[in-house]
Amino acid sequence: MSATIENPVDAAAIRPFTIPRVPDAELEALRARIAATRWPDQETVTDESQGVPLAMIQGLARYWATDYDWRRCEAALTALPHFITEIDGLDIHFIHVRSQHEDALPLIVTHGWPGSILEQLKIIDPLTNPTAHGAAASDAFHLVIPSLPGYGYSGKPTATGWDVPRIARAWAVLMERLGYTQYAAQGGDWGGAVSNVMAQQAPPGLLGIHVNFPGTVPADVAKALQAGGPPPAGLSADERRAYDQLNTLFTKRRAYSSLMGTRPQTLTGIADSPVGLAAWLLDHGDSYGQPAAPVTSAVLGHTANGHPAGALTRDDVLDNISLYWLTNTAISAARLYWENKISLYNAADVSLPAAVSAFPGEGYQAPQSWTEQAYHDLIYYHQPDQGGHFAAWEQPQIFSEEVRAGLRPLRK
Amino acid sequence: MSGETEIRPFRVDIPDEAVADLRRRIAAVRWPGQELVADRSQGVQLATTRELARYWAAEYDWRRCEAKLNALPQFTTQIDGVDIHFIQVKSPHENAMPLIITHGWPGSVIELLEVVGPLTDPTAHGGRAEDAFDLVLPSLPGYGFSGEPAEVGWDPGRIGRAWAVLMDRLGYTRYVAQGGDQGAGVTDAMGREAPEGLAGIHLNFLRDAVAGAHPPAETAAEERAADAIATFRTGGFGYFLEQATRPQTIGYALLDSPVALAAWMLDHDTDSYYKISRAFVDGQPAGGLTRDHILDNITVYWLTGTGASAARSYWEGGRAQVIAAGQGRPEVKLPVGFTTFPDEIFRAPRSWVEQAYPNLTYFHEADRGGHFAAWEEPGLFATEMRAAFTSLR
Repeated sequence: MSATIENPVDAAAIRPFTIPRVPDAELEALRARIAATRWPDQETVTDESQGVPLAMIQGLARYWATDYDWRRCEAALTALPHFITEIDGLDIHFIHVRSQHEDALPLIVTHGWPGSILEQLKIIDPLTNPTAHGAAASDAFHLVIPSLPGYGYSGKPTATGWDVPRIARAWAVLMERLGYTQYAAQGGDWGGAVSNVMAQQAPPGLLGIHVNFPGTVPADVAKALQAGGPPPAGLSADERRAYDQLNTLFTKRRAYSSLMGTRPQTLTGIADSPVGLAAWLLDHGDSYGQPAAPVTSAVLGHTANGHPAGALTRDDVLDNISLYWLTNTAISAARLYWENKISLYNAADVSLPAAVSAFPGEGYQAPQSWTEQAYHDLIYYHQPDQGGHFAAWEQPQIFSEEVRAGLRPLRK
Repeated sequence: MSGETEIRPFRVDIPDEAVADLRRRIAAVRWPGQELVADRSQGVQLATTRELARYWAAEYDWRRCEAKLNALPQFTTQIDGVDIHFIQVKSPHENAMPLIITHGWPGSVIELLEVVGPLTDPTAHGGRAEDAFDLVLPSLPGYGFSGEPAEVGWDPGRIGRAWAVLMDRLGYTRYVAQGGDQGAGVTDAMGREAPEGLAGIHLNFLRDAVAGAHPPAETAAEERAADAIATFRTGGFGYFLEQATRPQTIGYALLDSPVALAAWMLDHDTDSYYKISRAFVDGQPAGGLTRDHILDNITVYWLTGTGASAARSYWEGGRAQVIAAGQGRPEVKLPVGFTTFPDEIFRAPRSWVEQAYPNLTYFHEADRGGHFAAWEEPGLFATEMRAAFTSLR
């Protein structure tokens, strides 16, 4: 994927990167594999309590193998400015879009699992070009959107050690290399963890962070969850609700993270079976279900469980899954869990200015009380009306408003 | 009505195209990158899977396994709505004791083929006629050549009741039951329900201890066992949790990719993984765990397309556990025999087994063997069976 660099001095240079055009034969091969899928029998339940339902994924596979068009996604990606630079021995890919507004705030936005840079495509224009979206020029951002190590077009680590702190340090190097002396960081899922750790590392240029997946669970609550309950006494209604959401996550929905955290290589087959990969990636839940409710709605083409897809489409979902397939990053992405046995949920202990958006459909909706304890300089806290785990992907408008409002206090 | 209780002879007869398709899929495999560690700490090692795939596609011969199965008396019969496949081998000796042995995951009747001779025909294997057994080896619902349940509820208790029906249907009025892994769950359930005819049970796995019970950790042996379980639950529990909560999700890869299936099945526990890995990578099989036998088992899962339905048995087990929590279970009053094999996930100390089964009439710590005890050490396993059940004859 990345160009070979002979002269090591050039490795630190920022090299323009062309999204590789996937050969027709490879796309044909993918379609042929999907068409040749050998299916299990249907689940014995009428809901998703045994996993991704057969009817849902068969419908998706039929479309994926026939009318789905990767070239559309490829073209959308190609229209953006991509770059690669080697940091700490690894090629890091990123999209870099500068706002026309010169004094825009530089912002590095990090995706998570099972996501990619594709989750952020819809927020690029709203954030870099706010006046075209009914927002103020003073709220403009310069955007840097990297692929995590082992994901998308970034290199795959060949040795252990690429944990979240190392990624955070690499991101600080990246922003410095781009000449940004003042910037902010944003993220959800693993991107939230990276942003939290960047704040803890406090590199000279970092003004503050915005997270839509805050780590806020207090130690006594975490302990109670680990033990399987009951919750500590004295929780407010918001806190009790969050506790119940977390309890569901830990008892029913953590197998995927447990498996990737301990045995990523055992999932070797999801590099061989497109449908196997799709099922694995779809199986990330949110507070409304597993697969995540908006993803389910997008795949089915109608609102399921009362949770609309928002801006998320079936093509979006397949674009993301196809990216994992075409870059063969399913297992390298899984290894991020192995590298980091930290909990994304536990109280982050961040002292740098932090803005938090607690979306209603997230795995758990962090109560303000917990958020204030975890983020000691909380400059913004809001519970938007809509949006879930894949907030930028599902609700780009609301998400952009949150980021603008959240980071506004950092601007001078 | 009689049609439903009919016992029909069964032969394995896999079409050539299915075998060819398997080879094609292996040949077309897309590999991920290699693990970043030098051992199994990130999961099944690429070199192991590659070598297994190479042998599977180029040298392994399914028809040999098929012939071996078909040389045994196989049957199917419908019980409680599901077609149950089983092997039944009657001993040539008089007064042979009927014994039903239940396999587990990721096993099958394949694990037990080498104990058929020693158990049913002991005199030909250095044993005594008085120690002969009639053997019944069923395939669990959703595994191997048994049918897949289409409804929720096939937990170990229901399977145990189906086994009681099976033994009754075969005309056995007095029999014993044995099991390891999932089979231990089924056999334990039979012990608690004590169906008419069941005289006693033997187990080689204390399932409750792994599934979340916390037996005491006071003696050195108990501490060691508790540590081993803690290690397993921390680092090796992923497949268990996935199958117990999302069997359909992992099921798609298990049905579509032979390599996915093989890798998944190799990762049951540290000991069996390394034994299997050495068999392929170093050419050093552990007892009966040869390359061919390992692939016989995986190929059965592949050809029967039972990866997902087998995974679902963990979901059923988990569901049953939740339902049973807080409801007392009847004790096992029947005589219980137990063998601790040294390389099992944890070495069950006698104290734990006694606590679980107060009527413990036989306990022994074997010299060799791990999780797939009968498979690795058929002779030793047979010896254990004879010793465990001799008091019940």
